[in-house]
Amino acid sequence: MTVSQTQKAPQLRYRAGVALRALIAIFGGYAVAAAIAATLAMWLPIARLEAALTATMTGLIVYPCAIMWCFAARTPPRALGGLLLTALPFALLLAIGGQGAAA
Amino acid sequence: MKEGFRQSMAWLHTWSGLLVGWVLMLIFMAGTSSYYRDEITLWMKPELHRTAVTPVTQAMAADQAARALQKRAPNSERWFLSLPSGREPAVQTMWAPPAGEAKAKGKGKGRRRFEQALLDPATGDELAKARATRGGDFFYRLHFDLHYMPVPVARWIVGICAMSMLVAILSGIVTHKRIFKDFFTFRPRKGQRSWLDFHNVSAVLALPFHLMITYTGLITLMFMYMPWGVKVAYDNNDKAFFAELFPGLPQGAKASGVAAPLTPLGPVIAHASQAWGGAPAGRITVNFPNDAASTIAVTQQEGRGLSSDLPTLIYDGATGRPLPSPDAGRGAAAATRSVMYGLHIGRFADPLLRALFFVSGLAGCAMVATGLLLWAVKEKPKHLKAGRIGFGLRLVEGLNIGAVAGLPVAMAAYFWANRLLPAGLAERPAAEVSWFFTAWAVAMVAGLAWPSRPMWRWQLLAGGMLFALLPVLNGATGGAHLLVSIPNGMWALAGFDSVTLMIGAVLLYASARLGRATVTKTRLAGNAA
Repeated sequence: MTVSQTQKAPQLRYRAGVALRALIAIFGGYAVAAAIAATLAMWLPIARLEAALTATMTGLIVYPCAIMWCFAARTPPRALGGLLLTALPFALLLAIGGQGAAA
Repeated sequence: MKEGFRQSMAWLHTWSGLLVGWVLMLIFMAGTSSYYRDEITLWMKPELHRTAVTPVTQAMAADQAARALQKRAPNSERWFLSLPSGREPAVQTMWAPPAGEAKAKGKGKGRRRFEQALLDPATGDELAKARATRGGDFFYRLHFDLHYMPVPVARWIVGICAMSMLVAILSGIVTHKRIFKDFFTFRPRKGQRSWLDFHNVSAVLALPFHLMITYTGLITLMFMYMPWGVKVAYDNNDKAFFAELFPGLPQGAKASGVAAPLTPLGPVIAHASQAWGGAPAGRITVNFPNDAASTIAVTQQEGRGLSSDLPTLIYDGATGRPLPSPDAGRGAAAATRSVMYGLHIGRFADPLLRALFFVSGLAGCAMVATGLLLWAVKEKPKHLKAGRIGFGLRLVEGLNIGAVAGLPVAMAAYFWANRLLPAGLAERPAAEVSWFFTAWAVAMVAGLAWPSRPMWRWQLLAGGMLFALLPVLNGATGGAHLLVSIPNGMWALAGFDSVTLMIGAVLLYASARLGRATVTKTRLAGNAA
């Protein structure tokens, strides 16, 4: 291996890591924010107009925080894991609510 | 990232700011000038500079305007009147042309164009016909609808940039070890250190504003960006949601077809004002004038509270009797949303607070600009060491010139076009706008082609001259210049001229300063050699 190749390999890995993190942050972060917004809108025990507004405004705060988490996490898989762990309870609540509505 | 928390946040701050920085520059500059949207529009209609209107009571102004509209548009479906305020002494009127008439003119498809006229509040006569211009509305729309692209696309771009900005602000805050000290730290003439200090000062000094304006900006379009809460709560029925959020008239109101003369507006307005404890009326909507089913909606004038949802009272248009009004009992979240919205657009602000908003907006421009510059300044030594300037740095330097120095040139070009194009030109508003984009395109292309220090100087010089000479242009092309506007207390015009003069002076100073400070550059070049 030439010198430039040995330098290029970690460089490439670093870049791929950044790209992966960015994808997780942008799409995963949005998904978590959307899930929390939907759950709050469904479960908050207040008038539906109030619930929808509270949920939406909260979602817009959750999103940037989720993005920051993704870049603060030690590795991309950990970033994804953190998002999934956060989304899990909300997804469950959504599923329960959805079934309740269907029944 | 593999380094510590602070380093990874610093990295995120750098990139989330840099990648959208040039669009943010446009959004901040256009948004900041929108605080003076009405004043800009007035300046751009010099025909109106000499008309002094006698102030009259609101009831009288409304009655005179209604009389004028009865003559011009008795069969219109809807009239809109804006009563005189501190910022706009004339009565603004708009009306929908009758459906049949609009179709006959071939304007039937799509949204109908409203006709409009500015009226003298004391007589109801139309004020001197002013030149066609988009005035300050251009910057207001540019701020979130951009240009040359479909509105939804533009709003998504602006939303993504705003969210990126919010991430940059939040990550910027957490990277700071000593945010309070940064308030008082500025070390000039130290190259990169000075840029960093200036970035910190402009960011930290107006930090509450930056945070507020970015978050509330996202709030203004949040139902587009984050529709999931509404979709779940309202079972995908967005219409039902908006009907609850903005309780206006009963849906699908129709004219009865039975003629009934419109009640005089004066007593209606007096009644509304009394109900609000003396707060003046602002906007009045008359639905189906001269019909038995006519209604009058009276909205309070801005400036009495932070909320963007202004109190509105509804009256029967034939009898003048109050009807049940829609905005009773708003919840906490609805109130929060409308206050956030109100904070963003700042229509409530009195002159001093408005000036503070404007200065904070300028600090935002400075923060974005210095952030962009800082990236290039930090990156440069590496490239000089390597012996050649890489593509990335070259691109950033070019875009920096085009955005930071080029945008003022473009804005000034828009104002110059307003005065230099013939007043009767066809499609005049579009021609003015094309001067803005032509100037900006030239600045961008020149910046990208020659990203050098002299290019910075030239563009700053051009922007500085164009801005500083606007008060002269104003006087030379029929407007009320400073020697007329100040003694006559025309503060909107005097303000425009003096602010552009100051902006011009700052740009000229920056250009001159760049000419002198060649020391750091030669030192860096020396290190590289």
